[in-house]
Amino acid sequence: MLHPIPDTSLFDLRLSRRGYRLNKLCAALCSPHERDAFKRDEEAFMARFALTDAEKDLIRKRDFQGLIDAGTNIYYLLKIGSVTGNGLYKMGAQMRGETYEQFLSTRNISGAT
Amino acid sequence: MGTVVGGIGLSHVPSIGPVVDRKRMEEPAWKPLFDAYVPVREWLRKLEPDVAIVVYNDHAADFSFDKYPTFALGVAERYAIGDEGFGTRPLPEVQGDLDLSIHLAETLIYEHEFDLTLCQEIAVEHGFLVPMNLCFPHQKDAWPVRAIPLQVNVVQHPLPTARRCYRLGQALRSAIEKFPNEVRVVVMGTGGMSHQLQGKRFGYMNEKFDQWFLDTLEKDPDALAQITHQRIMEEAGAEAVELIMWLTMRGAVRGTRVHRHYYAPMTTGMGLITFES
Repeated sequence: MLHPIPDTSLFDLRLSRRGYRLNKLCAALCSPHERDAFKRDEEAFMARFALTDAEKDLIRKRDFQGLIDAGTNIYYLLKIGSVTGNGLYKMGAQMRGETYEQFLSTRNISGAT
Repeated sequence: MGTVVGGIGLSHVPSIGPVVDRKRMEEPAWKPLFDAYVPVREWLRKLEPDVAIVVYNDHAADFSFDKYPTFALGVAERYAIGDEGFGTRPLPEVQGDLDLSIHLAETLIYEHEFDLTLCQEIAVEHGFLVPMNLCFPHQKDAWPVRAIPLQVNVVQHPLPTARRCYRLGQALRSAIEKFPNEVRVVVMGTGGMSHQLQGKRFGYMNEKFDQWFLDTLEKDPDALAQITHQRIMEEAGAEAVELIMWLTMRGAVRGTRVHRHYYAPMTTGMGLITFES
């Protein structure tokens, strides 16, 4: 069994169940046609996945830690990041409460992106 | 009969894919990683493998939580290149080995009682393709070896234990050796090393843990197979739990270590270790 780890999301079945619809939305973004649909009309895209208003708000606000806490798996979140112009390191900086530049300055060799 | 000629443990960091596609391998930030694979590729040329079995995890490109297998084996003549949400990379499709896949499925299920999910279509993605890029550079239309994907759930807990992954590797070796035809196989265990990609601990790495893991994988894999998910995630970050897939490789390969390398520029400890039977 897993025990809590500070500042860490443990993606277990309960969390996966909570985030199921969010992760479904993200999975759809693995097709170029669906990425275009998201970019064209984000609200219409979100309406297809039975999200709560609170969940939609997390996407509208690009609240990446909020999405993780709501059960979005990190590898699914990457697809929302990509379609909204937020790569992994930008999302990570936000989750750490840092600017992108601050985050890069904490890395050993920040050119390896 | 089949022979496991070698094993490779290596990281499958996604950012390596676009670096290969845009030929940025000589850039100072990336050169140390790619230089480490020059002798590995030379070694592989001499080993002359026919097939690579790639133990990897999908990152929400082709497997989804509606039905999520613990162990999934590819059983097809070829595997498509997947779109992970960033577009499909310009790579040739992967040629499989149907006869070997069927033999592995039958032997692992009947004799070793591993209840694999069997997949006639898998679109492979960075977890599979980055290790292939590093070890078996492709030509315009083809890869130099046939390859079989063995996908492991390292994403949605409960995951298989490290010990189960190790035993799967031991069973895999036994199954390969019972294949009636001559085939030379390399087993690749991919993922990790230390990294965490969410929460305030985003970007966490632990080189000390990673070096210990490499030491122990070489010298005492039986002991390493007792490691818990909890310990890996606490000491090396939540996403480092991918390292259990290296134990499948190690279970399949006896013999001596040949190469070892470590580079941790950004958010993941990129390890490399090879064994020759």
